[in-house]
Amino acid sequence: MTTEATAGRRRGRQSGQLASVGTVLAGLVALWYLIAIPLNGAQLEDLFARIDPNRTFSFSERLTATWDNNRPMLPTPDLIAADFWDSATSTSVTNRRNILYHVGVTAGATALGFALGALLGVVLAIGLVHLRTLDASLMPWLIASQTIPILAIAPMLIAVLGNIGLTGLAPKAIISMYLCFFPVTVGMVKGLRAPDRLALDLMRTYSATRAQVLGKLRFPAAMPYLFASLKVGIALGLVGTMVAELSTGGQAGLGGRLLTASYNGDMIHMWTALVTSSLLAILLVYLVGRAERLFTAPAPAMQAG
Amino acid sequence: MNVSEATAETRTAGDAAPARSAAIDIRGLSLTFQAGDQAVHALSDINLSIDRGEFVSLIGPSGCGKTTLMRVIADLERPTAGSISVFGGDPERARLGRAYGYVFQAPTLQAWRTVERNVELPLEIMGMSAAERRRRSRDRLALVGLTGFERKYPWQLSGGMQQRVSIARALSFDPDLLLMDEPFGALDEITRDHLNEELLALWAKTGKTVIFVTHSIAEAVFLSTRIVVMSRRPGRIIDVIDCPLPATRDLAIRDAPEFLEIAARVRRALRDSHSYDD
Amino acid sequence: MAARTAAYWPWDIVAAALMAPLPVALLVAPGPEGTPVQAIVSAVAALAAIALLLAGGRPPARPLRIVVAVLAAAGALAPLATLRDGALGAAGLTFLLYMLGYTVLLWRAFALLAMADMPRVVSRGLVAAAFGVALLWYWQVIVDWFLVPRALLPSPAAIGEALASETRLLWSDFQVTFFLSVLPGFAIGSLAGFLFALVVDGRPFLARGLLPLGSAFSAIPIVAVAPIMIMWFGSGPESKAAVVVLMTFFPMMVNTLGGLAIVDRMELDLMRSYGAGYWTRLLKLRLPTALPFIFNALKINATLAMIGAIVSEFFGSPLAGMGFRISAMIGRLNLEMVWATIAVAAVAGSLFYGLWALLERIFTFWHPSHRR
Repeated sequence: MTTEATAGRRRGRQSGQLASVGTVLAGLVALWYLIAIPLNGAQLEDLFARIDPNRTFSFSERLTATWDNNRPMLPTPDLIAADFWDSATSTSVTNRRNILYHVGVTAGATALGFALGALLGVVLAIGLVHLRTLDASLMPWLIASQTIPILAIAPMLIAVLGNIGLTGLAPKAIISMYLCFFPVTVGMVKGLRAPDRLALDLMRTYSATRAQVLGKLRFPAAMPYLFASLKVGIALGLVGTMVAELSTGGQAGLGGRLLTASYNGDMIHMWTALVTSSLLAILLVYLVGRAERLFTAPAPAMQAG
Repeated sequence: MNVSEATAETRTAGDAAPARSAAIDIRGLSLTFQAGDQAVHALSDINLSIDRGEFVSLIGPSGCGKTTLMRVIADLERPTAGSISVFGGDPERARLGRAYGYVFQAPTLQAWRTVERNVELPLEIMGMSAAERRRRSRDRLALVGLTGFERKYPWQLSGGMQQRVSIARALSFDPDLLLMDEPFGALDEITRDHLNEELLALWAKTGKTVIFVTHSIAEAVFLSTRIVVMSRRPGRIIDVIDCPLPATRDLAIRDAPEFLEIAARVRRALRDSHSYDD
Repeated sequence: MAARTAAYWPWDIVAAALMAPLPVALLVAPGPEGTPVQAIVSAVAALAAIALLLAGGRPPARPLRIVVAVLAAAGALAPLATLRDGALGAAGLTFLLYMLGYTVLLWRAFALLAMADMPRVVSRGLVAAAFGVALLWYWQVIVDWFLVPRALLPSPAAIGEALASETRLLWSDFQVTFFLSVLPGFAIGSLAGFLFALVVDGRPFLARGLLPLGSAFSAIPIVAVAPIMIMWFGSGPESKAAVVVLMTFFPMMVNTLGGLAIVDRMELDLMRSYGAGYWTRLLKLRLPTALPFIFNALKINATLAMIGAIVSEFFGSPLAGMGFRISAMIGRLNLEMVWATIAVAAVAGSLFYGLWALLERIFTFWHPSHRR
């Protein structure tokens, strides 16, 4: 088996996958338009009756009306894209009317919380792996905390932090931090414990110190676990930031914009904020994935046959 | 058990009958895989006929297509040229008629089923009654010496015992043909010797036709009535060696001169096939 | 490291005993003008105890360990009693020293408990439980010590009072959230995700397109659809259940698809050799193999469903439900009630998760991670 054949097959598989993903995405968009018809159509019956009760409207007239409806229940992707474009280009990025400004606010709080949460998680994981007492006492609670709805604390934390004068970026970053922190700690502990007996015994035969075992064996072995939990962590961090923004009464950020739009009953703006936050989430997870490729050795290519 | 009683007669009757039907008949068979832009010739111009009641070993270097040939017989692969018949029909008919039991390299037991329910799996699929299934699984497990382990889970048994369960499962629906693909390859030598003896006794008792893939010369000579030596890719048959050792043999026979002579012939044939490539 | 080879000398007992007179001294003369002599004596004793404990040494024999544990447990009562009467005044420094010394003693007691020669499950369970109690204790002491306003952080005792006095309200909030939003949403979302995965699995082209998208979908902050769902379905439980459906659908779909994809080639060949059809293959081989993945999704979904329902209730709901209670009580600065509701949510979340973890153990006992 030659390497060209293997590479060729892999290329073939990749392009096949791309086609699959493309088709599925196209199908989802088509489904969106289809669902929009009954959802937006219901309220149009009223409208048509008001325009001319005696005339029957053709199918194509109804269809365009459901899709172009400017107060829709479910805005179609083109309306959302147009709203996004309009908002992003009509004013400067520093203007509160610009959606990119809110993207920046949300992304900033998430990134800060993520950085703090990841750092705290890694440090605590190192402690948990080396201190038996800490492991025995704290670890069960950390694992149990994964099963409880921690996000429920967010609005209270916002209120309490507001009472002691912390508003704006800080409370959002704190919530984002504690949501990131749990999965990173648990994943990192798993990773630091990943080296097996043989690998640890090998380090013993070199009479390596604990710090050397950590640096040369445990840490590199933990990298895949760390990045897997960082991806979970940053997505959770964004959820935390958004919920914090929703709880502060809609001052800034994508969550704030979503809430303001919901007060105004403006579905298009709500959906634009939601779709934008989804894209931001995907972008953030993608960036962590890029960082993983940057910091870890490339995995050996799969052997064919 | 009808099978175990019928054994000796089947073999002698088969030998004596003038128009005896071959279990397997393969003519001019080739198989080519399409891998990306390249064609891989796995099997090339195979001609082989196996009689009922025979124990035939396929031996050759890794990647010589012995497993592929076995998979063609089992209708798990389709040949690209030539013809093959299994019990006078095409392999698909044989598969759907449950004509053979397949034993893989690994035991492939289902972890969520007890030993006896693993043996009953094919019987469940065939829609046999629960009582009959239980009777058969007890019987086959006794045959492979696992009485008392029916209620255990596979992961509570040793590797050798797991492989014996898998043999019991292959025998559960009483197929005429047993296809064994390096069934003892992953076991240690002592366990393997022991299971070889048991398999031989089982074959003598049941009179099944057995096709056995191995890469151990000693195993092949010890077990077989005929040894088919295959060459490296493209897989070809380079020699078929008869193995006229007495029907009842024990492990001591491996020191007998006639055993060593056959083993030497197999080794020579394998070495010749190697020089082909290098 | 000399201590390793030296014979045992009862450091722990001496240190723990030195700690004992301190609370007595504080109890005798705690007042704002507390006697300097007593304060100095206590401080010296505390410092000596800390030094002794940090020096470490071999763990004491078993009966002596029990003495350390009893002294440590008894020492916890002193600060609570001392703080009951309010501000510490001049005794503050002594109190700080006591707290430092007690923390070291507690750490030592945990270490002894963790290495106790009991079954691992028992000793680990004891340490974890003791740690939980210790956290609550520190919380209580700090709130009492620094007179933290109730509107900022109520003490565990105050939260416990709220739990006891408002049990009926908390129970009815739980019922509304759990039975009207969490459970229906969880059931519909998980079932839909499972069925959808079965449909997609039969079409490899779709599966190959959906699997990479699954990880992208899982990153999406779905809770944020809550305001939209409230506009669609009204402020009743239906809109919360709808959020839960959306949140639980993808994890189940992705996990089921992944579980169905891992089946071993050889096992499929075995099924083929039996002439087994699609449904036989699915029921006898592929679904059992995928079961650990499906349970994993159910466990993830148990937590997500609780989060989805509670967070959605923050943004508009009829006058009941745990999320509603939390946001309403924040408005009234009744933080005891907020914490009490959070405690109920935490217990309910753990139990709901625990239920699925238990079922997982029962149904996938054969999986390597559960074998004993």
